Amino acid sequence: MKLAQRRALRLAMRYAGAVAVTVFFLFPVYWLFMISFKTADEIYSYPPVWWPASLQFSNYAVLFKDGDAATVGNSLVVASVSTIFAMLLGTICAYSLARFKTGGEHLANWIISQRMVPPIAIVFPVFLLYVWFGLVDTYFGLILLYTAFNLPYVIWMMRGYILDIPRALEEAALVDGYNRWQVLWKVVFPMCRAGLFATAIFTFVFAWNDFIFALVLTRTEVATYTVQVTHYFGGQSNFWGKISAMSVLGTVPIFIVVGFMQKYLVRGISLGAVKG
Amino acid sequence: MSAEGTLRNTRSSERRFKYTLIAPSIFVLLLIGIFPLVYLLVVSFQGITMIDNDTSFHGLRNYAAMASDIRLWESLLHTLAFTAIALPLELILGLLMAQLFIDHLPGRQIFVALLVLPVVVSPIVAGATWSLMFDNRFGPINQIIGWIMGQDMTLLWTISPNLVYPAILAAEVWQWTPFMFLLLLAALSAVDKSQLEAASIDGAGYWRIFFRIVLPAIWPVMAVAILIRSLDLFRLFDIVWALTRGGPGTMTETISIFAYVKGFQQFETSYTGAVALMIIIMLSFVVIMALRRVELSR
Repeated sequence: MKLAQRRALRLAMRYAGAVAVTVFFLFPVYWLFMISFKTADEIYSYPPVWWPASLQFSNYAVLFKDGDAATVGNSLVVASVSTIFAMLLGTICAYSLARFKTGGEHLANWIISQRMVPPIAIVFPVFLLYVWFGLVDTYFGLILLYTAFNLPYVIWMMRGYILDIPRALEEAALVDGYNRWQVLWKVVFPMCRAGLFATAIFTFVFAWNDFIFALVLTRTEVATYTVQVTHYFGGQSNFWGKISAMSVLGTVPIFIVVGFMQKYLVRGISLGAVKG
Repeated sequence: MSAEGTLRNTRSSERRFKYTLIAPSIFVLLLIGIFPLVYLLVVSFQGITMIDNDTSFHGLRNYAAMASDIRLWESLLHTLAFTAIALPLELILGLLMAQLFIDHLPGRQIFVALLVLPVVVSPIVAGATWSLMFDNRFGPINQIIGWIMGQDMTLLWTISPNLVYPAILAAEVWQWTPFMFLLLLAALSAVDKSQLEAASIDGAGYWRIFFRIVLPAIWPVMAVAILIRSLDLFRLFDIVWALTRGGPGTMTETISIFAYVKGFQQFETSYTGAVALMIIIMLSFVVIMALRRVELSR
């Protein structure tokens, strides 16, 4: 009886701890979302209001009326197209590295080290080159850079996923008269479908969440939502309604997408080091 | 076709095939990786500034200027300071959180799914969120502190020299502690339970078990987490940009912000080229050393 009581108490305490931790980590997210539904009076009231009297969509309406919401569309175009390119090029490269040990460990390590260079050091010379070629503030320019920056991630992750699938099937398919491209298309890709999907999602999220590349390489035409958010920070006053509404527009899609990715999350964010 | 013939065919086409597969990726990586690097090298030996498009050979002048640029070394120091404080905090808090969730807990999956959210928020949005939180009048943080202190508080979190570091670190630690938590939770879940029980029966205490069995078991994952986070912290930009833009003055300027300001606000093109090259060389050195020690692949 006493033991059972102690156990129950222990569980209750852990439960309370878990709830407290979760509330702490979610509160800023709640605050951001909540502000976006407030009226201006509620946003700039002192002391702050923790719960808006009614759900207002005026902050969002303004974004759509002024056309600022189009920056979310830019993010979508740039992130998805670059993801498709990076996946196409990266996956076949990963297959070569995984199955034929092309370039050995050195090439694989060089590729992943490309991802670890600070973006500012990459984007500065790229900007100078883009000015030269007239690629600043173009979809093509931004997509090219995101593709290149995410390639090492795709190659590295897909190499791991391909190494996980048994080799025997591919050999059997070759003996059956498939050519190598058919093996890739009809055996390898279907076998690592889950890995392809998970890697594509993370690649998309990286491009979607990027700020510094877009800050440097866009002006008005292809400005992404992250750049747009910072435009609302003024010298004297910040447009909080717009900041929060734009942030929410950019964050909700990520939350939804990641919600489906729970199983692959740990592997995805640990560069494949933890299988999860 | 006989099996032997197929095999020979396979071998002869294998070479061509495997290089065809990597060619497009290597081309793109060289285009964005090596080409700009060469360009940086060229620019850094010239004298291009906002007012002077001087492309004559200046030798090592820009590199010499770096040595006496106090602002540059301070920004490097700030970056290291952020890393030195944030990294252990995230690691320890993440480990504590993982301990909390390691045993059976009703609804654990829901908790974990919710705790993941800060990690996937764009860092610039995270910075913006915390600048709303830290606002001296309309933010909830001063309000909560006010309740505790029993008087109105108007702390200037993003302006006051004493408070900017805690503010930035709070946002940084908030966003990335869940990252550590997720990885360490996965690592802890993989620790052999029977070994722990055996040690416990043998009379080993909690800390002894932790340092002798648990820590060595989770170390490979921990090392990867530390590597990824320290490389991320070295490039710290977004959160600081949203909260302070490197201010007050240059007090919170990181190396990335310094390079951005020099290159894109003061247009000291050649000098920024030299700085960017230094960053790349420093990082490459660290990465090569790290990849030798940390088992990132398998």
